[in-house]
Amino acid sequence: MKVAGVILAVAVALVLQTTLARYAIRASSSVDLVLVVVVYVALTSGAATGLLSGTFAGLVQDALSSHVIGIGGLSKTLVGFLAGVIGTQFIVAQPLPRFIVFFGATVLHAVVFMGLYVLLDLRHFGSPAAAVAGQALGNAIVGVVAFQFVEVLPGAIERRRVSRMRRRR
Amino acid sequence: MSLLDLRQRSGHLFLVVMLGHILLISAQVNSTSGVPVLEAVTFSLMSEVQRAASSAVSGALHVWSGYIGLRHLKDENDVLKREIAAAQIAVQEQRALADRTLGLQRLLALRNSLNLRTEAVEIIGGAANPDFRTVTVNKGTNNGVRADMAVLAPAGVVGRVVTPSLRAAKVQLLVDRNAAAGAIVERSRAQGVVVGASDERLQMEYVSEVFDVLVGDIVVTSGIDGIYPRGFVIGRVESVEKSGGAYRRIVVKPAVNFSGLEEVLVVTSPTPAREPTDGVSE
Repeated sequence: MKVAGVILAVAVALVLQTTLARYAIRASSSVDLVLVVVVYVALTSGAATGLLSGTFAGLVQDALSSHVIGIGGLSKTLVGFLAGVIGTQFIVAQPLPRFIVFFGATVLHAVVFMGLYVLLDLRHFGSPAAAVAGQALGNAIVGVVAFQFVEVLPGAIERRRVSRMRRRR
Repeated sequence: MSLLDLRQRSGHLFLVVMLGHILLISAQVNSTSGVPVLEAVTFSLMSEVQRAASSAVSGALHVWSGYIGLRHLKDENDVLKREIAAAQIAVQEQRALADRTLGLQRLLALRNSLNLRTEAVEIIGGAANPDFRTVTVNKGTNNGVRADMAVLAPAGVVGRVVTPSLRAAKVQLLVDRNAAAGAIVERSRAQGVVVGASDERLQMEYVSEVFDVLVGDIVVTSGIDGIYPRGFVIGRVESVEKSGGAYRRIVVKPAVNFSGLEEVLVVTSPTPAREPTDGVSE
């Protein structure tokens, strides 16, 4: 069940990412929804699930990007594993720690991803610090919002349902 | 190991997945030399393994060869010692051969300078009795060697043939007590007879006190005996004494080293006897 949920989440993230990229290129470069999903899954499900989800998401993303298959997978696997380890070793239940984890995960992902490309002399990224920082910020915001949304949504739905029942009486 | 177990060991799973990614990337990416990274890395790793294996094998072979070499070192040393001994003998033989060649060259030069017919012979033996000073040469009557033929060496007179056989001949050396040769002092022309004496010395007899004979004078053959051709060096005057009579006692040191003879010439052409001159008697 969890696997299906992970696959679904990744698929949704990919659809959103590609849709966003179609209409807002600049905005799409400021956030990596797939990475957000991976970190989210890792924080909520542990290192093993995190790395597997990172592997799956990264490989799919690589396959769709017409790049070398595996670099994104490796990067997201590493990020998913470490995020899962952090999620199991530390209490990451508040927005700020989550923000830091998402931010750091994005930076680490960028370093590994770009580093491998540069190391293999396949692509050059110029001075990516600002872009990475912007993406890390965007991912962190989206991630924190997603956490809050997912955590708040059931309670809100329950409260709304209860209030509707009171009004009917 | 089930998937659940693997997931519980996330560290192992992480390593496996990362390795899979690395392999996947490497299979697609070419190195700077155009070779796929996977192939390049694999080759590099394999080459290091091969290098290590080669070094190990070489080291083992080296140790083994050293051990084997140590085992055979004594035998090899003995063989080398024998070879060195053989080489030393060969060197001595070569040196002797060179000396012999030099002697033959001198003999050939002497032969060419003579107007006489000669036969080169090799000394193959010495005297059977120490009281006689003779040698045996390797040629006899088959080669024209006859009795009373003079035997010469580059340094001077050696002796005469006394007993020829078909393929050998006995030569009486001039230092033998029974040997004699007509002689003349080259400087003063004093004539006499040289006979063998003791201690490898010759004694010149029948030289009148009238003639001037000094130590160091060269004594040559006079040719009056009909055996030795005239003018060949017999030796050098070593001492001159008055014998109390009409003659002097003259000791001559032979020009030839009789102990070192190897090849000599036998004069095969007849040597006509010359008339004795003043002061010479036999």
